[in-house]
Amino acid sequence: MSPVEPDAGAAGPAEKPRHRPSRAPRTPMPERGAAERAQDFDEVALGYTEEMARAEAARCLQCRNATCIEGCPVNIDIKSFIGHIIDGEYEKGVAVLKERNALPAMCGRVCPQEEQCEIACVLAKKGEPVAIGRLERWLGDFDLACELEKRCVPEIAEPTGFRCAIVGSGPAGLACAGELVRLGHKVTIFESLHAPGGVLTYGIPEFRLPKAIVEAEIFMLTEMGVEIVTDAVIGATYTLDELMTEEGYDAVFIGSGAGLPVFLGVPGENLNGVYSANEFLTRVNLMGAYEFPKSDTPVARGRKVAVIGGGNVAMDSARTALRLGAEEVFLVYRRTEDEMPARREEVHHAREEGVEFKMLCSPSEILGRDGFVTGLVATRMALGEPDDSGRRAPVCVMDSEFEIDCDIVIVAVGTRANPLLAQAAPDLERSSRGYVLTDDEGATNIPGVFAGGDIVTGAATVILAMGAGKTSAHAMDRWLAGRSRAV
Amino acid sequence: MFEIVHKRQLSEAVFEMGVRAPRVARKARAGQFFIMRTTDRGERVPFTFSDWSAEGGWIRFIFMRVGKTTHELSHFEVGDSVADVVGPLGIPTHVEDVGRIAVIGGGVGAAVAYPVARAMADAGNEVTVVLGARNEDLLILREEFEALPLKELLVVTDDGSAGEKGLVTAPLKRLAEAGEIDHAMAIGPAIMMKFCAATAKEHDVPCVVSLNPIMVDGTGMCGACRVSVGGETKFGCVDGPDFDGWEVDFEELMSRQRVYVDDERAADADYSRGCSCHQ
Repeated sequence: MSPVEPDAGAAGPAEKPRHRPSRAPRTPMPERGAAERAQDFDEVALGYTEEMARAEAARCLQCRNATCIEGCPVNIDIKSFIGHIIDGEYEKGVAVLKERNALPAMCGRVCPQEEQCEIACVLAKKGEPVAIGRLERWLGDFDLACELEKRCVPEIAEPTGFRCAIVGSGPAGLACAGELVRLGHKVTIFESLHAPGGVLTYGIPEFRLPKAIVEAEIFMLTEMGVEIVTDAVIGATYTLDELMTEEGYDAVFIGSGAGLPVFLGVPGENLNGVYSANEFLTRVNLMGAYEFPKSDTPVARGRKVAVIGGGNVAMDSARTALRLGAEEVFLVYRRTEDEMPARREEVHHAREEGVEFKMLCSPSEILGRDGFVTGLVATRMALGEPDDSGRRAPVCVMDSEFEIDCDIVIVAVGTRANPLLAQAAPDLERSSRGYVLTDDEGATNIPGVFAGGDIVTGAATVILAMGAGKTSAHAMDRWLAGRSRAV
Repeated sequence: MFEIVHKRQLSEAVFEMGVRAPRVARKARAGQFFIMRTTDRGERVPFTFSDWSAEGGWIRFIFMRVGKTTHELSHFEVGDSVADVVGPLGIPTHVEDVGRIAVIGGGVGAAVAYPVARAMADAGNEVTVVLGARNEDLLILREEFEALPLKELLVVTDDGSAGEKGLVTAPLKRLAEAGEIDHAMAIGPAIMMKFCAATAKEHDVPCVVSLNPIMVDGTGMCGACRVSVGGETKFGCVDGPDFDGWEVDFEELMSRQRVYVDDERAADADYSRGCSCHQ
């Protein structure tokens, strides 16, 4: 191959006019006002219009060496899809996205682009990177707005005859399924709940990720041939071994997530009105408790709600509590806002909507009367030396206890590995904390069994789980290819 | 969708139902439960198996009409379908030959006691069943228990309308005092299990209880079902539902079971307005 510039040849098709990047500032995302949106569960960020998308895409420098692509955990050809928006060839842009990511409308909404692709954008050096996430969302929504037959369905390889089982229909499982089905394998996803999507369905609220978007993108996977079996708990309904033997699957991917909520271990934690964020969000998002009694599942609607934690799940819980009608919502976090793991955008949205931040506070007891929460006791903290996470460790300030009046406490301090997995596969090697041990490509100690996402890494992000699912899908494909040669 | 293949009214408000769910029936064991949603808008409610057939592909459970979901379910007929059935969930009751065991089933809890007593008898135990209810009308599965190879079936009702008058703790106390049992297992309302465990403990008889906390997912994901056992927080769904009755904090369990009482009442009142049945 000679290193000839593709656009240097004079005999090629008619040359496109050279892209001249716009110098305009980053195009803002239209949002609903804080006062209005905090009253309901409709989506906060409204998305770009076509004009806005074109204007934002025009800011892209179309760098020869596009560093943004390196920043994406699934290596989407960002330069190329933005180039297609610039040219007004939206279907081609969607096709580029879907080469790498079956769920662009979702990722465009929930990926932390500011620390992935956008931070790698050349324009980020001046503080105004191209809004890659918003453009991805716009293309994803553009595709879903098309008639079904006009939507982009990636090309599917010749059937291989292999059958793959996927445990869990969250981001890792969906991404793995999308990839395997494209490679020509038959894919069945087993989901323990009654609806697919995992955290996308039960965890992330409607106002941040509308369930219609989740359903539509999952539907597109089923259009590609992915089968989804709900109400099937691996470890209960089937064991892993049964999937590989009786059920006849050639390879299995475990993407069951880190589903077990962690509690604080303080007195009063089992009082009525203390929720894990998982329970609170599941009741509201998956079970539709915000429409009770139209839906059958209730949720306690607090007057004063204290949310413990500083991550995205804590922000989601606090903003959900506001929408359920709480007069006051406090976020209780033991470090400061600078150390919060939540996305800046989520922190900003929560604050705008009226969530009150109580920083450098650590709950030491939950108070109650007649079995119900009445408040919590917190201790003031100060920041000491950096700990293992590199963040400055909070240390207690002596004799600084004070009370916070509240009737609901939501604990959003993380999750652990679910013990059901041990029942699913006693022979599967796990860490002391219950996470599955794998090599870099997701292979476990059991031949043909792969794993990825939170069940391997502990709680992380949607896109990292998707990246792990995709990596495993290719490793599974190679493993299966090796098997067919051996036969 | 899961088809209803059996329905039998056991008393004014108690129903036995069978659902076609071959995947679940294949794996069911005594003491385990499943989660059901009646409709698309339904809540996820745990029911413990009262019976199942792996060959027949069905599972059975018994419920009392107490709130909207059970009210609605009581109107489902054979041939109708419920939206979701998932399971079997929870750790099966530990069954081995421990010698002489009393299995106490109170109220609808008798439904769960039935497969437990059967499994215990099959394992070679000498099984005495104490079957209790508020009155004769609410006494369930008597004939089924009579058909099991038990040492004895003792029937107790609060009002004396069937069997002995009183509470299930009376025969339990006698059995324990006489040294006729080595183990006990109590399944019923929390208050009954509390007193059974206390009675057994007085006589140094180990007593396992099958707890029925509120659940959402039933797979360890939400923690709604947490119970205090020996001062530690456990999840009813994945660590239970069976626990050491001596160690369970029943007051906390009862308090937690009541958390949505007002909501449940409101939902059932709302449902009943549009419901054709007369209560």
